[in-house]
Amino acid sequence: MSLFEQSLPEIHNKLHAKELSVSDLVNQAYQNIGERDEKVKAYLALDEEQARARARQLDDRLVSGEEKGLLFGLPVGIKDNIVTNGLRTTCGSQFLRNFDPVYDATVVEKLKAADTVTIGKLNMDEFAMGGSNENSSFYPVRNPWALDRVPGGSSGGSAAAVAAGEAYFTLGSDTGGSIRQPASYCGVVGLKPTYGLVSRFGLVAFASSLDQIGPLTKNVEDSAYVLQAIAGYDAKDSTSAKVDIPDYLSGLTGNVKGLRIAVPKEYIGEGVDPQVKETVLSALKVLEGLGATWEEVSLPHTEYAVATYYLLASSEASSNLARFDGVRYGVRADNPENLLDLYHQSRSQGFGPEVKRRIMLGTYALSSGYYDAYYLKAQKVRTLIKQDFDDVFAKYDVIIGPTAPTTAFKLGSQVDDPLTMYLNDILTIPVSLAGVPAVSIPCGFSDGLPVGMQIIGKAFDETTVLRVAHAFEQNTEFHKQRPQL
Amino acid sequence: MSISNNDVQHVAKLARLNLTAEEEQTLTGQLNAILKYAEKLNELDTENIEPTTHVLHVSNVMREDETKESLSIEQVMRNAPDEEDGQFKVPAVME
Repeated sequence: MSLFEQSLPEIHNKLHAKELSVSDLVNQAYQNIGERDEKVKAYLALDEEQARARARQLDDRLVSGEEKGLLFGLPVGIKDNIVTNGLRTTCGSQFLRNFDPVYDATVVEKLKAADTVTIGKLNMDEFAMGGSNENSSFYPVRNPWALDRVPGGSSGGSAAAVAAGEAYFTLGSDTGGSIRQPASYCGVVGLKPTYGLVSRFGLVAFASSLDQIGPLTKNVEDSAYVLQAIAGYDAKDSTSAKVDIPDYLSGLTGNVKGLRIAVPKEYIGEGVDPQVKETVLSALKVLEGLGATWEEVSLPHTEYAVATYYLLASSEASSNLARFDGVRYGVRADNPENLLDLYHQSRSQGFGPEVKRRIMLGTYALSSGYYDAYYLKAQKVRTLIKQDFDDVFAKYDVIIGPTAPTTAFKLGSQVDDPLTMYLNDILTIPVSLAGVPAVSIPCGFSDGLPVGMQIIGKAFDETTVLRVAHAFEQNTEFHKQRPQL
Repeated sequence: MSISNNDVQHVAKLARLNLTAEEEQTLTGQLNAILKYAEKLNELDTENIEPTTHVLHVSNVMREDETKESLSIEQVMRNAPDEEDGQFKVPAVME
């Protein structure tokens, strides 16, 4: 059995018993990357020298018996929009192709404090804009289950790396579904925490009121471990939440007796592939068998979520991306006529088509005369969408549905049609707008491709979300299946 | 409401982007399709609805005005495309 198929406590026991070293784990990661990443293309940069040195350091600490961190020795990959001191961070964009950060993001600091080993940076859609990873300005990631299909986006590299055994776990970021949708397409566990639970300091901003960092793992227990290590208030992020962090691991009891589940009819209705729907309904039967009950409910404003999201996210993106001007870092155009021309040329050369499209949409929605009709209107509809969730959570513990309306689609099949591409995120976007937590877990297969089930919880109730996901996982084998590469 | 090539040119200027004729054409079509889809929101009466800017109740975050260590000039300049004497260099703004 591959090292990466073993549970975290198993790995730690072996490290403790000296049957395994951190260097073994890191070797395994690079060996798997060497064998598989030529096909998958999950990584943009590797940090082999530093990672091996770090592994030796941790191995020394193993010998001396010094206190060990929660994630001791685990090889991790980091999505390339999370800054890493001294390790190139490109955001999947030509604009930042040589960007060398001078500090670590708070999550990276926290992972280091938990004794992980960073092995590389993961491919993604440029500036996290996309649902297929075809917008990476370097090369697209491929789905490890079917190399002619997309891994989902924008954390496609993060999801594919876990599915392909190219990291023990990874970090991604989710704005409208960018952790959950690729987790679903690649058959891994992807958790988007409550907005504000995990610091965004050092995450290159796309849409600041929606962005959230979270883990991609091969099972729910690992997800709880990683969340434990990265959650918590950070004074460096002005939107960080001051809440007590519970013990997520002790919440994994396997017990869902009496749990009340809501299944929105909009999430299993028109537009959702019948096989995806059937797979999720079968998964609900498993939870029913464990003593949970479920009822159909309505989230009536679901159909307005995609339009709301694209207006708000693009508006925030156009504002956040104004900082890329070619002056302090990133691409600078040669021979500009003047300062204004330097901005224009640098931005035009550095940004790809999807990023330009969103900047244009956002600039338009925020421009004089259209602000009320588009931006303010969308902010008001966001209130209605959030209200839908509050109403359902007054009576139910969790909301469950598919993560995405279909399984992974073929590369190139939706590239010329942004609107269709945007609709792939119809089941993840409402959750992002409401700011609540959700996890996507593998719940079956359709024509050999993984299907994800989305479990959505109340704000800051990750404990219940993870408990339900874990209980399902304990009674099924879907999360143990691996793609043949 | 539909937007023209001229509108797209105007917005590109506001966004500090140069568009090729082809990009302008493509974007006009795509933005029109997206904005037409966004008009769906007009089906909803939001007259008395408060806008949500943030899902958390965030207020201004204040801290003491203390002198703290900052990045070194060398760190700040690490990624500068062009610099001189520890300063970012850009084309002259005035003649």
